[in-house]
Amino acid sequence: MKSAKGTVFKYGDNVDTDVIIPARYLNSSDPAELAAHCMEDIDKEFVNRVKKGDIIVADKNFGCGSSREHAPIAIKAAGVSCVIAETFARIFYRNAINIGLPIVECPEASKGIEEGDEVEVDFDSGMIKNLTKGTSFQGQAFPEFMQRIIAAEGLVNYINGKSNTPL
Amino acid sequence: MGMTMTQKILAAHAGLEKVEAGQLIEADLDLVLGNDITSPVAIKEMEKMKVEGVFDKDKIALVPDHFVPNKDIKSAEHCKCVREFACRNEITNYFEVGEMGIEHALLPEKGLTVAGDVIIGADSHTCTYGALGAFSTGVGSTDMAAGMATGKAWFKVPAAIKFHLVGKPSEWVSGKDVILHIIGMIGVDGALYKSMEFVGEGIKNLTMDDRFTIANMAIEAGGKNGIFPVDETAVAYMEAHSRKKYTIYEADDDAAYDEEYTIDLSALRPTVAFPHLPENTKIVDEIKEDIAIQQVVIGSCTNGRLDDLRIAAKVMKGRHVAKGMRCIVIPATQAIYLQAMEEGLLKIFIEAGAVVSTPTCGPCLGGYMGILAEGERCVSTTNRNFVGRMGHIKSEIYLASPAVAAASAVAGKITCPCKLG
Repeated sequence: MKSAKGTVFKYGDNVDTDVIIPARYLNSSDPAELAAHCMEDIDKEFVNRVKKGDIIVADKNFGCGSSREHAPIAIKAAGVSCVIAETFARIFYRNAINIGLPIVECPEASKGIEEGDEVEVDFDSGMIKNLTKGTSFQGQAFPEFMQRIIAAEGLVNYINGKSNTPL
Repeated sequence: MGMTMTQKILAAHAGLEKVEAGQLIEADLDLVLGNDITSPVAIKEMEKMKVEGVFDKDKIALVPDHFVPNKDIKSAEHCKCVREFACRNEITNYFEVGEMGIEHALLPEKGLTVAGDVIIGADSHTCTYGALGAFSTGVGSTDMAAGMATGKAWFKVPAAIKFHLVGKPSEWVSGKDVILHIIGMIGVDGALYKSMEFVGEGIKNLTMDDRFTIANMAIEAGGKNGIFPVDETAVAYMEAHSRKKYTIYEADDDAAYDEEYTIDLSALRPTVAFPHLPENTKIVDEIKEDIAIQQVVIGSCTNGRLDDLRIAAKVMKGRHVAKGMRCIVIPATQAIYLQAMEEGLLKIFIEAGAVVSTPTCGPCLGGYMGILAEGERCVSTTNRNFVGRMGHIKSEIYLASPAVAAASAVAGKITCPCKLG
């Protein structure tokens, strides 16, 4: 996947992994089951409204809190094609890359995009286009090493192909 | 330019003479940790990898602690998955119910985390071991899987913030108050992607348990790790608990720090983080209104150690919890439980009307053993007070030290122990 295009769900600062996937559902690790409760404690309507390809845009520190990989897994399995935020909490950032959920840091985009906007993201260049407003933003492109993990569609495939090869 | 303490440990584990902030490195791991929530996902990922077993059966720790003793059938299946994996791979450090404890209290106690180590754990509070001068950080399940398979992990070398601790904390002020004060000051993303390096003469006035609590909550400021210099107290702890070889690293005098803060421990007051972020802190003296509470939790990887139970017992001795209060005390490990029993602490709790539980993370993450209903309030010695963290999305968590939590259980409202009659 080289690009994403979809309708935006917009959230604020410090969206934590407890609201992305509450711990009461962590007795499962099945992606479909997790997706059924994605964003439940911050936006009860999310799972009813989200369509394949949609995009989440948030402000600072998205994914803070627990290290649960279930959070990006739930978002990806819900059909979300990309998460854009001003900043990401670091464990969420690693996890998203490791499972192949595209994420882009871009403070300007998070300010210039609203709920319901149509947005297109090019992963190679980091360019974000707000098709509704006719604006565009340059997001941070991934370092080469992360691009290799993303190109392999996650860390597991990367290791399978590149075991024991230094960075 | 020199290196920070964290950078020196990472450089040594990457086989490099020097690293700098922002550099991507691959480091050898001394320990890879997982629990009953994160390990099943990691095990599933590892099975997809073309590898023969784990890299080193002695350098993996599997600690089912979140939903054990199993809270339901699905949790039991997760634990079974971890148990069978441990058995199949002959994992030395797998801890069954009866020998387990909350992972971040258990591993230092078992001597598995020592100064100079590089440790990853599929649990965000893995940063706890920085108290002993290790580099340790939380990761997700896929990183855990890769770590178990290869013994390596990739890191972006972090920049750092330096906290000079000076002075001596006054009565009723503990490590929890220090870290809540810091998070209140810099915010929940104040140390995002960075090391929090604690230095200064004030550290000698902090017990090991204080330091574990402080390092434990580095993640609540967004930090990659929290780390303390290795002094006599840390060495004494390691020599009492571990047979592992440790290495002491010190920051260079000319190491670069993005920011520096000085914190006078003697000026701190018992501190409470109000809902729904750990940065919403107030000192108890500022709380003028009566905040009625229905539950108190004393435990967790943040505050379930002996110091914590001793001070809570000191407050509760000869007193009784308020009518209608549910006070849940959770010693973090079996050894702590046993010691608390021998010291008579458990008797004090039970006579005061509290319940004492087997070690579990249960209530901290809203798993079980103390879930809140709509509109209920809890004072908790745990680490997060996010919306819905301990139950209903309209419940509230106030984070505090064991001393404040115990006093609040007695008073039925948020209270400083100094105010109990």
